[in-house]
Amino acid sequence: MAISDVYDFYKKMEDENIILSFKGTFSEDLLTSILHIVEAKMGGMQIEPKKRKRVFNVLVECFQNLYHHIEEIEASDDELEQQKSALIIVKFKAGVFRITTGNFVRNDQIEELRAKLEIVNELNEDGLRELYRTKLQNECRTMKGTAGLGLIDIARKSKNKLDYEIINVTESISFFCLSVVID
Amino acid sequence: MIIEGSAKTPSIHFDSETGILMLKGRSIPENSIEFYKPLNDWLDQYASSPKPATVVDMKLEYFNTSSSKCILDFFKKLEKVNNNGNSVNVNWYFETDDEDMEEAGEDYEAIVGLPFKIIEVDEI
Repeated sequence: MAISDVYDFYKKMEDENIILSFKGTFSEDLLTSILHIVEAKMGGMQIEPKKRKRVFNVLVECFQNLYHHIEEIEASDDELEQQKSALIIVKFKAGVFRITTGNFVRNDQIEELRAKLEIVNELNEDGLRELYRTKLQNECRTMKGTAGLGLIDIARKSKNKLDYEIINVTESISFFCLSVVID
Repeated sequence: MIIEGSAKTPSIHFDSETGILMLKGRSIPENSIEFYKPLNDWLDQYASSPKPATVVDMKLEYFNTSSSKCILDFFKKLEKVNNNGNSVNVNWYFETDDEDMEEAGEDYEAIVGLPFKIIEVDEI
Protein backbone atom coordinates (compact mmCIF):
# COMPACT_ATOMS: atom_id res chain seq x y z
CA MET A 1 0.00 0.00 0.00
CA ALA A 2 1.42 3.35 -1.02
CA ILE A 3 1.39 6.04 1.64
CA SER A 4 -1.10 7.98 -0.42
CA ASP A 5 -3.54 5.11 -0.02
CA VAL A 6 -3.66 5.37 3.76
CA TYR A 7 -6.44 7.93 3.68
CA ASP A 8 -8.45 5.82 1.25
CA PHE A 9 -7.95 2.87 3.56
CA TYR A 10 -9.16 4.91 6.52
CA LYS A 11 -12.08 6.31 4.53
CA LYS A 12 -13.11 2.86 3.43
CA MET A 13 -13.23 1.67 7.02
CA GLU A 14 -15.16 4.76 8.02
CA ASP A 15 -17.70 4.34 5.19
CA GLU A 16 -18.15 0.68 6.09
CA ASN A 17 -18.86 1.63 9.72
CA ILE A 18 -16.08 -0.60 10.98
CA ILE A 19 -15.64 -0.14 14.71
CA LEU A 20 -12.94 -2.76 15.05
CA SER A 21 -10.82 -4.90 12.79
CA PHE A 22 -7.90 -7.20 13.33
CA LYS A 23 -5.85 -9.33 11.02
CA GLY A 24 -3.15 -11.58 12.39
CA THR A 25 -2.49 -14.51 14.63
CA PHE A 26 -5.23 -15.16 17.14
CA SER A 27 -4.60 -15.73 20.80
CA GLU A 28 -6.65 -15.76 23.96
CA ASP A 29 -5.06 -12.51 25.09
CA LEU A 30 -6.22 -10.95 21.86
CA LEU A 31 -9.79 -12.00 22.62
CA THR A 32 -9.55 -10.34 26.02
CA SER A 33 -8.37 -7.14 24.35
CA ILE A 34 -11.03 -7.24 21.66
CA LEU A 35 -13.80 -7.78 24.21
CA HIS A 36 -12.41 -4.93 26.22
CA ILE A 37 -12.44 -2.58 23.23
CA VAL A 38 -15.92 -3.60 22.09
CA GLU A 39 -17.24 -3.30 25.63
CA ALA A 40 -15.84 0.20 25.94
CA LYS A 41 -17.32 1.19 22.57
CA MET A 42 -20.73 -0.23 23.38
CA GLY A 43 -20.64 1.56 26.72
CA GLY A 44 -20.90 4.87 24.90
CA MET A 45 -23.55 3.71 22.44
CA GLN A 46 -26.56 3.04 24.65
CA ILE A 47 -27.04 -0.50 23.46
CA GLU A 48 -29.64 -2.45 25.40
CA PRO A 49 -28.07 -5.05 27.72
CA LYS A 50 -29.62 -8.00 25.90
CA LYS A 51 -28.09 -6.98 22.60
CA ARG A 52 -24.78 -6.21 24.25
CA LYS A 53 -24.66 -9.73 25.66
CA ARG A 54 -25.56 -11.23 22.30
CA VAL A 55 -22.77 -9.32 20.58
CA PHE A 56 -20.37 -10.56 23.23
CA ASN A 57 -21.57 -14.10 22.98
CA VAL A 58 -21.27 -14.19 19.20
CA LEU A 59 -17.85 -12.54 19.31
CA VAL A 60 -16.59 -15.10 21.81
CA GLU A 61 -17.96 -18.05 19.85
CA CYS A 62 -16.69 -16.75 16.50
CA PHE A 63 -13.32 -16.05 17.98
CA GLN A 64 -12.95 -19.36 19.80
CA ASN A 65 -14.20 -21.18 16.71
CA LEU A 66 -11.47 -19.52 14.68
CA TYR A 67 -8.92 -20.22 17.32
CA HIS A 68 -9.69 -23.92 17.43
CA HIS A 69 -9.88 -24.33 13.67
CA ILE A 70 -6.59 -22.55 13.25
CA GLU A 71 -4.99 -24.85 15.81
CA GLU A 72 -5.94 -27.73 13.60
CA ILE A 73 -3.88 -26.49 10.69
CA GLU A 74 -0.52 -28.17 10.79
CA ALA A 75 2.27 -25.69 10.59
CA SER A 76 4.83 -27.63 8.69
CA ASP A 77 6.24 -24.75 6.70
CA ASP A 78 6.18 -20.97 6.46
CA GLU A 79 3.24 -20.91 4.13
CA LEU A 80 1.11 -22.79 6.60
CA GLU A 81 2.33 -20.65 9.44
CA GLN A 82 1.00 -17.67 7.55
CA GLN A 83 -2.32 -19.44 7.20
CA LYS A 84 -2.74 -19.41 10.95
CA SER A 85 -3.51 -15.77 10.55
CA ALA A 86 -7.18 -14.76 10.52
CA LEU A 87 -9.41 -11.73 10.21
CA ILE A 88 -12.17 -10.32 12.38
CA ILE A 89 -14.24 -7.24 11.61
CA VAL A 90 -16.98 -5.68 13.71
CA LYS A 91 -19.32 -3.19 12.06
CA PHE A 92 -22.00 -1.13 13.68
CA LYS A 93 -24.63 0.99 12.01
CA ALA A 94 -28.06 2.13 13.11
CA GLY A 95 -28.32 -0.33 15.97
CA VAL A 96 -27.18 -3.29 13.88
CA PHE A 97 -23.95 -5.16 14.53
CA ARG A 98 -22.24 -7.28 11.91
CA ILE A 99 -19.40 -9.57 12.93
CA THR A 100 -17.36 -10.94 10.05
CA THR A 101 -14.56 -13.44 10.31
CA GLY A 102 -12.19 -14.95 7.78
CA ASN A 103 -9.86 -17.85 8.30
CA PHE A 104 -8.13 -20.67 6.47
CA VAL A 105 -9.57 -24.16 6.64
CA ARG A 106 -8.28 -27.42 5.24
CA ASN A 107 -10.17 -28.52 2.17
CA ASP A 108 -10.91 -31.88 3.75
CA GLN A 109 -12.88 -30.06 6.49
CA ILE A 110 -15.08 -28.12 4.11
CA GLU A 111 -17.72 -30.73 3.50
CA GLU A 112 -18.44 -31.11 7.21
CA LEU A 113 -18.37 -27.36 7.76
CA ARG A 114 -20.79 -26.75 4.91
CA ALA A 115 -23.13 -29.44 6.19
CA LYS A 116 -23.16 -27.88 9.67
CA LEU A 117 -23.88 -24.44 8.26
CA GLU A 118 -26.68 -25.73 6.07
CA ILE A 119 -28.36 -27.53 8.94
CA VAL A 120 -28.15 -24.45 11.16
CA ASN A 121 -29.55 -22.19 8.44
CA GLU A 122 -32.47 -24.50 7.74
CA LEU A 123 -33.69 -24.50 11.33
CA ASN A 124 -35.95 -21.95 12.98
CA GLU A 125 -35.52 -20.81 16.59
CA ASP A 126 -37.24 -23.83 18.12
CA GLY A 127 -35.35 -26.21 15.85
CA LEU A 128 -32.04 -24.66 16.84
CA ARG A 129 -32.92 -24.93 20.48
CA GLU A 130 -33.84 -28.58 20.06
CA LEU A 131 -30.57 -29.30 18.24
CA TYR A 132 -28.61 -27.45 20.90
CA ARG A 133 -30.19 -29.51 23.68
CA THR A 134 -29.61 -32.78 21.85
CA LYS A 135 -25.98 -31.98 21.12
CA LEU A 136 -25.35 -30.70 24.61
CA GLN A 137 -26.56 -34.00 26.01
CA ASN A 138 -25.12 -36.42 23.55
CA GLU A 139 -22.14 -35.16 21.70
CA CYS A 140 -18.71 -35.90 23.01
CA ARG A 141 -16.24 -33.11 23.02
CA THR A 142 -12.61 -32.63 22.19
CA MET A 143 -9.83 -32.35 24.73
CA LYS A 144 -10.21 -28.61 24.73
CA GLY A 145 -13.86 -28.72 25.57
CA THR A 146 -15.20 -27.57 22.22
CA ALA A 147 -18.57 -29.11 21.96
CA GLY A 148 -19.66 -28.68 18.33
CA LEU A 149 -22.19 -26.19 19.60
CA GLY A 150 -20.48 -23.03 18.39
CA LEU A 151 -22.35 -22.43 15.13
CA ILE A 152 -25.67 -23.41 16.69
CA ASP A 153 -25.15 -20.95 19.49
CA ILE A 154 -24.07 -18.21 17.09
CA ALA A 155 -27.25 -18.76 15.07
CA ARG A 156 -29.41 -18.78 18.21
CA LYS A 157 -27.96 -15.51 19.47
CA SER A 158 -27.95 -13.85 16.07
CA LYS A 159 -31.61 -14.61 15.27
CA ASN A 160 -30.57 -14.32 11.63
CA LYS A 161 -29.33 -16.72 8.98
CA LEU A 162 -25.57 -17.14 8.85
CA ASP A 163 -23.99 -15.66 5.76
CA TYR A 164 -20.90 -17.53 4.58
CA GLU A 165 -18.58 -18.11 1.69
CA ILE A 166 -15.78 -20.60 1.18
CA ILE A 167 -13.13 -19.52 -1.27
CA ASN A 168 -10.69 -22.02 -2.62
CA VAL A 169 -7.09 -20.86 -2.23
CA THR A 170 -4.88 -23.84 -2.98
CA GLU A 171 -5.25 -27.58 -3.48
CA SER A 172 -5.37 -28.12 0.26
CA ILE A 173 -6.55 -24.84 1.78
CA SER A 174 -9.61 -22.58 1.46
CA PHE A 175 -10.61 -19.30 3.06
CA PHE A 176 -13.80 -19.42 5.08
CA CYS A 177 -15.76 -16.19 5.54
CA LEU A 178 -18.59 -15.99 8.03
CA SER A 179 -20.80 -12.99 8.61
CA VAL A 180 -23.22 -12.74 11.54
CA VAL A 181 -25.81 -10.03 12.07
CA ILE A 182 -27.16 -9.00 15.47
CA ASP A 183 -30.02 -6.54 15.05
CA MET B 1 -13.55 -23.17 47.94
CA ILE B 2 -13.31 -19.59 46.80
CA ILE B 3 -12.03 -18.51 43.38
CA GLU B 4 -11.97 -14.86 42.42
CA GLY B 5 -13.71 -13.99 39.16
CA SER B 6 -11.81 -12.72 36.13
CA ALA B 7 -12.71 -11.16 32.78
CA LYS B 8 -13.34 -14.65 31.42
CA THR B 9 -14.17 -16.80 34.41
CA PRO B 10 -16.87 -16.63 37.08
CA SER B 11 -16.25 -16.18 40.76
CA ILE B 12 -16.75 -19.37 42.70
CA HIS B 13 -17.99 -19.65 46.25
CA PHE B 14 -18.52 -23.22 47.38
CA ASP B 15 -19.22 -23.65 51.06
CA SER B 16 -19.24 -27.21 52.36
CA GLU B 17 -20.41 -25.95 55.78
CA THR B 18 -23.63 -24.37 54.54
CA GLY B 19 -24.09 -26.45 51.39
CA ILE B 20 -24.39 -23.30 49.30
CA LEU B 21 -22.57 -23.39 45.96
CA MET B 22 -22.43 -20.21 43.91
CA LEU B 23 -21.09 -19.42 40.45
CA LYS B 24 -21.29 -15.79 39.45
CA GLY B 25 -20.21 -13.76 36.42
CA ARG B 26 -19.03 -14.70 32.94
CA SER B 27 -17.77 -18.05 31.91
CA ILE B 28 -15.94 -17.75 28.59
CA PRO B 29 -12.55 -19.41 29.08
CA GLU B 30 -10.89 -20.83 26.01
CA ASN B 31 -10.15 -24.04 27.83
CA SER B 32 -13.12 -24.56 30.07
CA ILE B 33 -12.18 -28.10 31.09
CA GLU B 34 -9.12 -26.70 32.78
CA PHE B 35 -11.18 -24.13 34.67
CA TYR B 36 -13.96 -26.50 35.73
CA LYS B 37 -11.73 -29.37 36.80
CA PRO B 38 -11.08 -28.09 40.35
CA LEU B 39 -14.81 -27.41 40.74
CA ASN B 40 -15.70 -30.95 39.80
CA ASP B 41 -12.92 -32.31 42.02
CA TRP B 42 -14.29 -30.29 44.91
CA LEU B 43 -17.76 -31.63 44.18
CA ASP B 44 -16.51 -35.23 44.18
CA GLN B 45 -15.12 -34.66 47.63
CA TYR B 46 -18.27 -32.87 48.81
CA ALA B 47 -20.44 -35.69 47.45
CA SER B 48 -18.86 -38.13 49.87
CA SER B 49 -20.42 -36.28 52.82
CA PRO B 50 -22.84 -33.64 51.54
CA LYS B 51 -25.18 -31.45 53.58
CA PRO B 52 -28.78 -32.75 53.70
CA ALA B 53 -29.79 -29.73 51.62
CA THR B 54 -27.52 -28.33 48.94
CA VAL B 55 -28.40 -25.08 47.17
CA VAL B 56 -26.74 -24.14 43.90
CA ASP B 57 -26.90 -20.47 42.95
CA MET B 58 -26.15 -20.00 39.26
CA LYS B 59 -25.68 -16.29 38.68
CA LEU B 60 -24.10 -16.32 35.26
CA GLU B 61 -24.05 -13.27 33.06
CA TYR B 62 -23.25 -15.40 30.03
CA PHE B 63 -21.19 -18.42 29.09
CA ASN B 64 -19.56 -19.88 25.99
CA THR B 65 -20.48 -23.24 24.46
CA SER B 66 -17.29 -24.77 25.76
CA SER B 67 -18.43 -23.96 29.32
CA SER B 68 -21.92 -25.28 28.63
CA LYS B 69 -20.64 -28.88 28.58
CA CYS B 70 -18.72 -28.39 31.81
CA ILE B 71 -21.77 -26.87 33.49
CA LEU B 72 -23.73 -29.93 32.41
CA ASP B 73 -21.06 -32.22 33.91
CA PHE B 74 -21.31 -30.19 37.10
CA PHE B 75 -25.09 -30.69 37.25
CA LYS B 76 -24.68 -34.40 36.49
CA LYS B 77 -22.45 -34.76 39.53
CA LEU B 78 -25.04 -32.94 41.62
CA GLU B 79 -27.72 -35.30 40.34
CA LYS B 80 -25.92 -38.11 42.11
CA VAL B 81 -25.85 -36.16 45.37
CA ASN B 82 -29.58 -35.55 44.94
CA ASN B 83 -30.25 -39.23 44.36
CA ASN B 84 -28.60 -40.34 47.55
CA GLY B 85 -31.32 -39.07 49.84
CA ASN B 86 -29.96 -35.56 50.04
CA SER B 87 -31.68 -32.69 48.31
CA VAL B 88 -30.08 -30.44 45.72
CA ASN B 89 -31.92 -27.36 44.50
CA VAL B 90 -30.73 -25.15 41.69
CA ASN B 91 -31.52 -21.45 41.59
CA TRP B 92 -30.87 -20.18 38.08
CA TYR B 93 -30.78 -16.39 37.98
CA PHE B 94 -31.26 -14.20 34.95
CA GLU B 95 -31.52 -10.45 34.50
CA THR B 96 -34.82 -8.90 33.48
CA ASP B 97 -35.27 -9.11 29.69
CA ASP B 98 -32.33 -11.48 29.27
CA GLU B 99 -34.35 -14.21 27.62
CA ASP B 100 -31.17 -15.93 26.42
CA MET B 101 -30.07 -16.73 29.95
CA GLU B 102 -33.64 -17.59 30.90
CA GLU B 103 -33.75 -20.07 28.01
CA ALA B 104 -30.35 -21.45 28.98
CA GLY B 105 -31.73 -22.21 32.43
CA GLU B 106 -34.75 -23.91 30.89
CA ASP B 107 -32.46 -25.93 28.63
CA TYR B 108 -30.60 -27.31 31.63
CA GLU B 109 -33.80 -27.85 33.54
CA ALA B 110 -35.05 -29.99 30.65
CA ILE B 111 -32.02 -32.25 30.53
CA VAL B 112 -30.91 -32.38 34.16
CA GLY B 113 -32.79 -34.32 36.81
CA LEU B 114 -32.67 -31.62 39.46
CA PRO B 115 -35.33 -29.19 40.68
CA PHE B 116 -34.71 -25.79 39.11
CA LYS B 117 -36.03 -22.44 40.13
CA ILE B 118 -35.58 -19.88 37.38
CA ILE B 119 -35.43 -16.49 39.00
CA GLU B 120 -35.63 -13.06 37.39
CA VAL B 121 -33.62 -10.29 39.04
CA ASP B 122 -32.88 -6.68 38.13
CA GLU B 123 -29.17 -7.18 38.28
CA ILE B 124 -27.02 -10.23 38.85
